Amino acid sequence: MVETDRARARPAGPGNYFRSVGVIVWKDLAAELRSKELLGAMLVFALLVLLVFNFALELDLPLRQAVAPGVLWVTFAFAGTLGLNRSLALERERGCWEGLLLAPVDRSAIYLGKALGSFLFMAIMEALVLPIYSALYNVNLFQPGLLLVVLLGSIGYVSLGTLLAAMAIQARTRDVLLPILLFPVVLPVLISAVNASAGFLSGAPMDQIWPWLNLLIACDVIFVAVAYMAFEYVVEE
Amino acid sequence: MLRERESATRLALTGVAALLLLAALGMVFGYAPREAVMGEVQRIFYFHVSSAWVGMLSFVVAAVTGGLYLSRRERYWDLVQVASVEIGMVFGLIAILSGSIWARPVWNTWWTWDPRLVTTSVMVLVYAAYLLLRQGVEEPERRARFGAVYAIVGVITVPITFLSIRFLRTIHPVVIGSGDASALGGFAMTPKMLETFLFSLLTFTVLYATLLVYRVRLALRADALEARRSALLAGY
Repeated sequence: MVETDRARARPAGPGNYFRSVGVIVWKDLAAELRSKELLGAMLVFALLVLLVFNFALELDLPLRQAVAPGVLWVTFAFAGTLGLNRSLALERERGCWEGLLLAPVDRSAIYLGKALGSFLFMAIMEALVLPIYSALYNVNLFQPGLLLVVLLGSIGYVSLGTLLAAMAIQARTRDVLLPILLFPVVLPVLISAVNASAGFLSGAPMDQIWPWLNLLIACDVIFVAVAYMAFEYVVEE
Repeated sequence: MLRERESATRLALTGVAALLLLAALGMVFGYAPREAVMGEVQRIFYFHVSSAWVGMLSFVVAAVTGGLYLSRRERYWDLVQVASVEIGMVFGLIAILSGSIWARPVWNTWWTWDPRLVTTSVMVLVYAAYLLLRQGVEEPERRARFGAVYAIVGVITVPITFLSIRFLRTIHPVVIGSGDASALGGFAMTPKMLETFLFSLLTFTVLYATLLVYRVRLALRADALEARRSALLAGY
């Protein structure tokens, strides 16, 4: 490893930084493509949550339309927790954690790489859940506004989630700790996402939806910034 | 250090806090007038809001000490943070419970989902999550770092939570601010009420400071005990 570094010393520039981020994302994607462990778990879990909701809330059609945003986001939140947990826990299990931290790259690049990877997994899961939900609950979820909200909400969720998951996996109570840590602080994202989704689904005028979209975007920016800066304090070894 | 004398300032602070608390109780039941619409139950307001205030103050103190710890890495700030979180959680719960007791006769319900209640509950949940996080981490240094980061994350997200819920309806009385007493249970404060209220705020702030001092001292003593124990086991 040392010889390679000396032989191919790269200047620490933005190109190298984003390359590192890309490498981490690619690594996660490649590993996942082979095992499909993470996506399988997230998808099955999301479907089970949908099933449970169907029996928990015996709904007629208009009510189903009304609760669709809430049920959808609860599903994403729980399945997302699973994905975040596994994504970082897998690193530790396979002994990659130390390798990542020893890599000659800024710690924040690790954060961006993991966050981006988790975002992609969450997006894939959502892309699979949305049509199934539409079919099961007889609600058309394929509206561009709704898809935008889903993406924005996932960004906010994953940004804080990656930071807190990095803490949770280093604790003794790792599996249960992430939801406990994440849900109280990710509420603004969930609230804005649910309300914006509800706005789009019910066909509300844009000026009613804009406050929620603005709040969602503001939350995304703030959470990414905070998590980006705080990550290095969490992974000091 | 384990057998130190009680410090004079600490005793004085305790004395002041006790006296203030007694005086505040007297003011709440004796000096403050009976409110016209709600009657006696309104008296909960003075300690209820003061408790909520202490809950929020502790939250801010926790975040500030978190920042101080991350920049200076002095254990003292971590101890103050834990103390603040523990005290803040208790006072937050007191605020929620006292508010609930007040709400039953006035709003005819134990709970509503209005912004202030939800935000206070979220704050208490963040406190609880903080304590669970610390409980799950073994090494003191890592525990301190994680606590600091989470407290800072919390202090940023909880106000945003409040703002986002405030877009929705509210029935919580807005006593300070717009003065719109049309919210059910709202009331305008007469001068005597205002004095009682401000005095209660002061009392609870002093109470918070006293509890903080004692809790930090407890933590420092626990540290000293631990150091002595490991020195003994190492055979010195």
